[in-house]
Amino acid sequence: MADHRSKLAAIVRQHEPQILSEWIDLLAKAGGRGAVERAEVEAHARSFVRLLADAMQADDSGGIDGPEWTKVRDMLTTLSSSRTRQGSSPTETATFIFSFKQPLFTRLQGEYRADAEGLARELWTATLLFDKLGLLTTEIFLKSRDAVIMRQQREMLELSTPVVALWEGILGVPLIGTLDSERTQVVMESLLQRIVDTGASIAIIDITGVPTVDTLVAQHLLKTVGAARLMGAECIISGIRPQIAQTIVHLGVDLGNVATKATLADALVLALARMGAAVTRTVPRA
Amino acid sequence: MPAVREEMLDVRSDEDVVRVRQITRQWAVGLGFSLVDQTKIVTAASELARNTLIHGGGGSTRIEELRDGSRHGLRLTFEDKGPGIADVPQALRDGYTTGSGLGLGLGGARRLSSEFDIVSAAGQGTRVRITRWK
Amino acid sequence: MLDGKPPAERIPILKLGEFLLVTIQVEMHDRLVMTLQDELTHQIVRHRARGVLIDISALEIVDSFIGRALGNIANMSRILDAETVVVGMRPAVAITLVELGLNLDGVRTALNAEKGMALIRRSLGPAGGLDAGGS
Repeated sequence: MADHRSKLAAIVRQHEPQILSEWIDLLAKAGGRGAVERAEVEAHARSFVRLLADAMQADDSGGIDGPEWTKVRDMLTTLSSSRTRQGSSPTETATFIFSFKQPLFTRLQGEYRADAEGLARELWTATLLFDKLGLLTTEIFLKSRDAVIMRQQREMLELSTPVVALWEGILGVPLIGTLDSERTQVVMESLLQRIVDTGASIAIIDITGVPTVDTLVAQHLLKTVGAARLMGAECIISGIRPQIAQTIVHLGVDLGNVATKATLADALVLALARMGAAVTRTVPRA
Repeated sequence: MPAVREEMLDVRSDEDVVRVRQITRQWAVGLGFSLVDQTKIVTAASELARNTLIHGGGGSTRIEELRDGSRHGLRLTFEDKGPGIADVPQALRDGYTTGSGLGLGLGGARRLSSEFDIVSAAGQGTRVRITRWK
Repeated sequence: MLDGKPPAERIPILKLGEFLLVTIQVEMHDRLVMTLQDELTHQIVRHRARGVLIDISALEIVDSFIGRALGNIANMSRILDAETVVVGMRPAVAITLVELGLNLDGVRTALNAEKGMALIRRSLGPAGGLDAGGS
């Protein structure tokens, strides 16, 4: 009775040196945009072959999700993430996997010279396996790129909502652009953290740069004011343009008992007064 | 949507409500939620677990980790065989109370979650499900 | 107030001059919250406290039950002629509370105990605690 068990693991182990050197040559020829040193490629290749052989031996079901494959998956995750950071394209990283097939198939042809059926079976098993591994590296690439994009989006949001220390105990929050719910979250987090860091008791939220204030934007503003209040800081809303004041009244928006000022300067004077300070002119106006 | 993993918790006492909070936080931390998002889902869980205990006469909480493509989520299902809620829309409106305080906290829990759904009727128990996506 | 509960089941209340300081450091279950309300009102009367500081800097969440309890404590204290200030709320908690829509109206807040005491002193007036009647 013919033994239909896969001999892939054994073949890889038996021919490891030749498979490795052929594979590394292929990889070097493929080159690529990313600046990956040959020595590094060799190290990765060597490590991969070892882990691959172990995993194939422990689990020849054809799947790569089992615990036997954890080390392989982890290695590919690290490899793919670092390649992404170095600027390699997902194709280049997947090529790392796919190009392994050629030296492997050469060895399989040798091993199954007299057994066409066996050869076909093994080729199929190997193809399926390496397809899965290659797709895994692509998936990992996409995930890390998504993470980079999200981080950059966050950083842009944070940069566009700076919180400045106007005076001891007084913070200024100049809002530029629309105030949507995501922006509000970022503003609240930044403002509250600065309140904790500086012990500020007054925050001036300037909305000169906010194009429209509808009921939704007003809600977001009031949420921010409420959150600051819970941290022991009172808010003053400044930069209210005449059109905004009209819209607020027409829409029946209720700003509660939040102090409002037309300009940031007026708000600062009010804030200083609350802190028990005042601004005096020491040089007479010309 | 099939869950990657799940855990069932009893909600039959004050201490169980605390445990639901703690386990929810552990799972949220494990999934890598931001601190604010962790706080939101644990707070929502606390509200709903308390509802299950006080208004539902006790029940259970199921916690599940979800994976939908590349996004991860945490889903909590609160179930009881209590008196149920006759007028669900009314209950979702803030301030609705059965006499023991500020209300059922349903509206609040909904605002703190990415997804929310409730199934309940008089005499038919209650099932509230919330999901927070990362 | 001995009620047979083990030490971890009671939250310590410290007396600091005319202030009472409560530092909540444990995960509170609902019964414990009720016990605290009860204890505080008794202590306010016993020590003729004018100010109550509740330090919640260790609380990772504040839900509607705890929020309501804080409001109750503030109201009960006021009736007993004491001002309550909740201090040390964590930013994540504050953000969640406003999202939850919990008002905490009537509960004054401050960043820390020091500012909380300053706040209470200011509201007690220049006489600083000596109530000349009618405030």
